[in-house]
Amino acid sequence: MPDPILSIKNLAVEFKTDDGIVHAVDDITYDVFAGETLGIVGESGSGKSVSTMSILGLIPIPPGRIASGEAFFKGQDLLKLGKKELQRFRGDEVAMVFQDPMTSLNPVLTVGFQLDEAIKTHYPKESDDKVKARTIELLALVGVPNAAARYDQYPHEFSGGMRQRAMIAMSIANSPSLLIADEPTTALDVTIQAQVLEVMKTVQAATDAATILITHDLGIVAELCDRVIVMYGGRIVEEGDVHTIFAKPRHPYTIGLMDSLPKLTEDEEWLRPIPGQPPSLINRPPGCAFHPRCFLSQGRARCREEVPALEAMETPGHQAACHFGEELIGYRSKFSEPVTAGSDA
Amino acid sequence: MTEPSVPIGGQIPVEQGASAAPSVAPPGLTDATVEAGLEIKVRSQWDYARRRFLRHRLAMAGLIGLIILFGAGIFANYIAPYSFEQIDLNNILSPPTFAHNHFFGTDEIGRDYFSRVIYGIRTSEEVGVFVAVLSTFIGLVLGAIAGFYGGWIDNLLMRFTDLVLTLPFLAILLTAAALLGEGSQWRVSFILAVLFWTGTARVVRGIFLSLREKEYVEAAKAAGAGDMRIMFRHILPNTLGPVVVSGTLAVATAILIEAALSFLGFGIKPPTPSLGVLVAGGETNPQQWWLTVFPGLTIVLIVLCVNFVGDGLRDALDPTQRRVRA
Amino acid sequence: MLTYITRRVLYSIPVLIVSTFLSFTFVSLAGNPTAVLRSNPRFSPVTLHLLEHQQHLDRSIPVRYWFWVKEIFTNKLGDSLQTFQPIWPDLTRTAGHTLQVIIIAELLALVLGVAVGIYSAIKQYSVFDYAFTTISFLGFAMPTFWLALLLQILFVDIYLKWNVRIFYTSGLNSPGEGAWSIDRLQHIALPVITLLIISFATYSRYMRASMLDVINTDYVRTARAKGMSEWHVIMRHVFRNALIPIATIAALNFGALLGGAIVTETVFSLDGIGYYFIQKLQNLDLYAVMGYLLITAIAIIVFNLIADILYGYLDPRIRYD
Repeated sequence: MPDPILSIKNLAVEFKTDDGIVHAVDDITYDVFAGETLGIVGESGSGKSVSTMSILGLIPIPPGRIASGEAFFKGQDLLKLGKKELQRFRGDEVAMVFQDPMTSLNPVLTVGFQLDEAIKTHYPKESDDKVKARTIELLALVGVPNAAARYDQYPHEFSGGMRQRAMIAMSIANSPSLLIADEPTTALDVTIQAQVLEVMKTVQAATDAATILITHDLGIVAELCDRVIVMYGGRIVEEGDVHTIFAKPRHPYTIGLMDSLPKLTEDEEWLRPIPGQPPSLINRPPGCAFHPRCFLSQGRARCREEVPALEAMETPGHQAACHFGEELIGYRSKFSEPVTAGSDA
Repeated sequence: MTEPSVPIGGQIPVEQGASAAPSVAPPGLTDATVEAGLEIKVRSQWDYARRRFLRHRLAMAGLIGLIILFGAGIFANYIAPYSFEQIDLNNILSPPTFAHNHFFGTDEIGRDYFSRVIYGIRTSEEVGVFVAVLSTFIGLVLGAIAGFYGGWIDNLLMRFTDLVLTLPFLAILLTAAALLGEGSQWRVSFILAVLFWTGTARVVRGIFLSLREKEYVEAAKAAGAGDMRIMFRHILPNTLGPVVVSGTLAVATAILIEAALSFLGFGIKPPTPSLGVLVAGGETNPQQWWLTVFPGLTIVLIVLCVNFVGDGLRDALDPTQRRVRA
Repeated sequence: MLTYITRRVLYSIPVLIVSTFLSFTFVSLAGNPTAVLRSNPRFSPVTLHLLEHQQHLDRSIPVRYWFWVKEIFTNKLGDSLQTFQPIWPDLTRTAGHTLQVIIIAELLALVLGVAVGIYSAIKQYSVFDYAFTTISFLGFAMPTFWLALLLQILFVDIYLKWNVRIFYTSGLNSPGEGAWSIDRLQHIALPVITLLIISFATYSRYMRASMLDVINTDYVRTARAKGMSEWHVIMRHVFRNALIPIATIAALNFGALLGGAIVTETVFSLDGIGYYFIQKLQNLDLYAVMGYLLITAIAIIVFNLIADILYGYLDPRIRYD
């Protein structure tokens, strides 16, 4: 197996607040390989965004604090780098796309200027004309119509979907080796979501970047990802390739997630959400963070006392963190049969 | 922006529908296990407000300061060693001293300055509170009517407040006070109140305008609630936060402006003691620094305390103002 | 943009008419110029009768207002009822003096306030930040007249003790000195400092708040994610955006100050438009007072307009046409 582009080991991030210390990320370890798309799935507050933002130094340092861990990008530990060195990586080798395109662009500067800036920050010697040409090329690549004219427009003259495309264009401007997309479609209408996803697929095909796709939408994960990590309460609870995870989930939380989706090919009477509330990251439940809401736990003491570690499951590369994971062997989710388009619902 | 979309692939519901009872309860899930994990304390809105206020150290300090200062004003008769007009021609213009309890010295006809300042505080607090309460009340009523009914009433109010905004504030007040004030404390307070209400009115109007379209108002109407009831029970409580804040800060502004008016000779005139008049006394006696410093310092302290309390109230009550943390 | 300006100007005219009419009515009713005239011992009843007719005081208020408005255009605000001297030259002279003082004070306050505001925001919660926050709070709580008086007393005492004049404590300049002489500067230094301190408090607080608002926006996060150095992020994205509200506040503030920093001018006996107003008010010289109110109302309206235009110019999201 080739070396991973990004290798995060035992990362822990916490925030100091008036109400106590928030353990946003608690001892997570994962790798990202070149060319693949890794999905990170979880509810709001599961720590999925914080884990990636912290390795780029984008979390405010007081009150935030990287309690422990290493993040090796192409062999270099990003967490040990100084501010100036980290800035060289940001936007060049590692790029990020954020969630809300409405507010992610500076309203008083033209879109073209801001894209140029992404390039010029790292390649200040390039001529203005070359940079402008490249920007227009990028805008066209992501499907912004009439790119040359749009170059001089302001963000408020772009629609939401177009803005997100511009953000994506901005992120790939310097051909990064790693692209992190933090809920890129959450703030958009459903139809626009589909378009933006298409753009992301195009971009993935055009570049060879590894992509981390952070989302809470399982549908997007199914569309775009090769491998999946499921996070809960700041910890990784399951990890594996996308087909396995969807067909044979081995953690009660993952099962709960899948179960809560309505199946379009059958009648169902009730929606089945996961009961309870997401855990407080200040006062996380002892032991397994999920046990208060877990159907498998049934009040067993071990769930309350011991934090489960990730254990290998049948399929290679598939791990789950549950004390009683063996009891789930044989469980097949409703996604284990392929859904054919056009089935009557 | 985002509407709850019908999931294509599927969305993980964040709202917990414990009430949306699944037809088949997931095995093993008892109420006990669910309860154990729920560590979120439910707090009422007032609880939050009170906690936030108490945590605001400056606001607490301001509150204590105000209690001391305003208390001194209210109990002036007991605290002041002399009456504010008691003349002692043997002791004119003496600097502050502990002898004879002349803590702040005496003025040019021997009146004890400490007592005069204390009585001045009382006047200031009367003016401040009166102006704030009256102007807030007027602003509340007019703003509510304008915001709720909209149309030409609202238009009229807006044009009028615009008009007031384009006038030189201090100059108009001075003119009014000069021509109508006659040096009386209550007349001057009234004049101030009449011109202060526009700020509150605009804020209240804005809130009423935005809230009257809300669904719960429609629901109340459908249930047969009259206009007054809707205004009072449903919308008005939402204005209390910003209104209390602006009312508190109005106290400070009123005190400052009254002092300025009195200083210039157009506001409250002697014999009623006013901190502004006292400071004016210092103008003719530049060598007797205590005549200027003490009343002015008192004004500064009062205004500071009121501002701190107002800041704390704003933090506690007005959730729309996001305080920047780190 | 031009249409917007024209529309605003046209809209301001009725506003001006209504406000001046209301002021005129109020002043005439409450001030009663007839009684004022009659109280003047120099006039015999015959003269009084003539004067009243000449000044239209025997007509109703709206009619008087109409004549007053005509006077504005034909006779440049006419003559004062007290001194029977033309009002206009006084107004222009004093306005010029006021302008000199407030332009200097405001420019300095703006530069210092913006600088301190920026630094306070970048180094939030530092000693510098706390120190200047305290100073600003004090600045807001201090009555202008008290500050002015303290400065005056301080420098009078210095003169009396050490016989050295650093700054003059009253008047505009010593006789014979010009408008831009060192002597003039020495005279207006204290009023400038007084206004400076209060405006500085406002600008630095607003700049700090604006900076903090902008620093925490998503687009600044994007800029950082692009790999820009913190300096560049601040200069190119934060600073310019944070300045926008300050520009409007400064314009509005300036317009308000044009009405004369009444209190400051009075304390320092400066021959400015504010002091002029106070003196005329004391003498119940009503037409002069009206002249002053007219000028200041126009100034405020003009600067409100400038503030709006500035805002539209700086923020491309606001386009008025």
